[in-house]
Amino acid sequence: MDNVIRRRTPGARMLRAGLYALLMVMALVYLLPLVVMLLTSLKPLEEIRAGGLLSLPDSLTFAAWLKAWGSACTGTRCEGLSGYFMNSVSIVVPAVAISTLMGALNGYALTKWRFRGANLCFALLLFGCFIPFQVVLMPMAQTLGWLGLASSTSGLVLVHVVYGIAFTTLFFRNYYVSIPDEMIAAAKLDGAGFFRIFWRILLPISGPIITVSVIWQFTQIWNDFLFGVAFAGFGSQPVTVALNNLVNTSTGVKEYNVDMAGALIAALPTLVVYVVAGKYFVRGLTAGSVKG
Amino acid sequence: MSALNILHVDKTFGNTQVLKDISLAIESGEFLILVGPSGCGKSTLMNAIAGLEPVTSGDIQIGGEDVTWRTPAERDIAMVFQSYALYPSMNVRQNIAFGLEMRKMPKAQREEAVARVADLLQITPLLDRKPSQLSGGQRQRVAMGRALAREPQIYLFDEPLSNLDAKLRVEMRTEIKKLHQRLGTTIVYVTHDQIEAMTLADRIAVMRDGEILQLGTPDEVYNDPVDMFVAGFMGSPSMNFIPVTLVSRDDGYVLRVLDEQDPTGAPLELPWPPAREAQALHEWVGERLILGVRPEHFVEDETRMETSFDGTRLDVMATVVEPTGADILLQATLSGTEVTMRLGPKSQVAAGERVALRVDMSRAVLFETTNQRRVA
Repeated sequence: MDNVIRRRTPGARMLRAGLYALLMVMALVYLLPLVVMLLTSLKPLEEIRAGGLLSLPDSLTFAAWLKAWGSACTGTRCEGLSGYFMNSVSIVVPAVAISTLMGALNGYALTKWRFRGANLCFALLLFGCFIPFQVVLMPMAQTLGWLGLASSTSGLVLVHVVYGIAFTTLFFRNYYVSIPDEMIAAAKLDGAGFFRIFWRILLPISGPIITVSVIWQFTQIWNDFLFGVAFAGFGSQPVTVALNNLVNTSTGVKEYNVDMAGALIAALPTLVVYVVAGKYFVRGLTAGSVKG
Repeated sequence: MSALNILHVDKTFGNTQVLKDISLAIESGEFLILVGPSGCGKSTLMNAIAGLEPVTSGDIQIGGEDVTWRTPAERDIAMVFQSYALYPSMNVRQNIAFGLEMRKMPKAQREEAVARVADLLQITPLLDRKPSQLSGGQRQRVAMGRALAREPQIYLFDEPLSNLDAKLRVEMRTEIKKLHQRLGTTIVYVTHDQIEAMTLADRIAVMRDGEILQLGTPDEVYNDPVDMFVAGFMGSPSMNFIPVTLVSRDDGYVLRVLDEQDPTGAPLELPWPPAREAQALHEWVGERLILGVRPEHFVEDETRMETSFDGTRLDVMATVVEPTGADILLQATLSGTEVTMRLGPKSQVAAGERVALRVDMSRAVLFETTNQRRVA
């Protein structure tokens, strides 16, 4: 029962039914690619060749998923996506953690320990949100080379942290700006210093915005392809790059079911994160002040 | 030795001077209230004492030590904030103990201190609750408990009651007064509510535009204001200001009330009490002055016999009658000036009627028209 008063004439009802039908068709159109991917990944290759893109699989098989995970060829190596998946994890976890923590510290310093030029500092940081990835490829490669981090997991973590800080700072600054300064003043009078106030007072009430920051950063870094392909070495390529290699491997037969399974494997973590924490994402984005 | 000494403190934000050469000393155990309209600098002064904002020049001493450039934590003060500023993630016990923990007090002593203030403020049953589970009044108590647990040299209260509803505010006001009497603590208290100031303070500092206009006991500030601003700010309803001309007669001075609407009519004249003939008064003969009379200094003429009230007879037209229960506020026009009077609850006055009144001129005050300073 929706909470609206509306006309109840037959014409109005028809119109509503039409509206819902239209919306459902649109939703279907939107979902169709995912459905096709899922169906294709569960069919054996012969069935796919026989056509019937939308037909349900006659013989359900997880062989394509197993192959994509364990033995599909990405370029010259045929070890599946599992190793690259783990590469992605070892890039994403530290990069998300570090960029979120640094964003929180930045937001805290920019709002609660205001210094001369804090606004300018924040404005400059925000530029980072609008710089396209391509622009920094060359200078970043140079920098990673100087730092001795070229082609390494740590190098990729660094790149993602640098790129992510702009966004995480924005999130945390806007969240902390609504937390009353009096609370910080009280903690100062109680004898707590900069980091103590951060750990003991602010972080424990930052749950919603930490969720936002983690989801955002996780999605961005997990789905990144450009930095991965540009800066990763053979041993540190993320799953997105491996997926590209898997799909583009030109030797042998084109195994659509394996391609689809690989794509789903690469996309699954971000989907899971959103499904699990999605409602906190929306809640965190709209969170006002903390009612103390 | 005074507990708090403020010496020639100035504070400027950009081009605006928020505090102008403020100096005051507070004795140990004294309850000082900073009162004034919003933007008068009282909160800035409070923050300067707390060390939350640096002063532009001047010195602040606590317990004889110069603390001007010490951090809030190093000043041995505690503060109660308007928004209570409790830590939302901690329960009441942790909120109260946080300051002690930061000062590295051993756990056993901390628990003792928490138990002591919880008992004092009757919040023992609330100790395990989170601030979000408390009512406004309870949060207020916890905020006070947090300050009391530390036993600092000076307590700062920044409009602690303004977020409470009217009834609770009066209760908490009494509570704070009791607490002060029991513990003999030194308190600096900021408020814009003149009733809070009158009821709580040992001394009141009335501030405006970054200056202390008057510093004195509630009685001095109320009955002996230095200028029209202080006179008008303290007291509710406000003091009446009536334009008059000072006239000298053989038998003493008389105040002629000017009626702008009716310049031809016989002017109302109020005799200035001979007991209060100041030396300076003769300089003002023939000049325009402002007469200040508080609403309670009017009495209905019939009640004259019941009280020892002797005053000058007046005859006014009642325009608005506002019964408050305890007494009746009467608005009347006195020779063209709107005047508020506080009459006894038994008064039968109705709007539109003429009322016979007496005014107690012995407690009236006179101000200059130009700079509004007190004349007599």
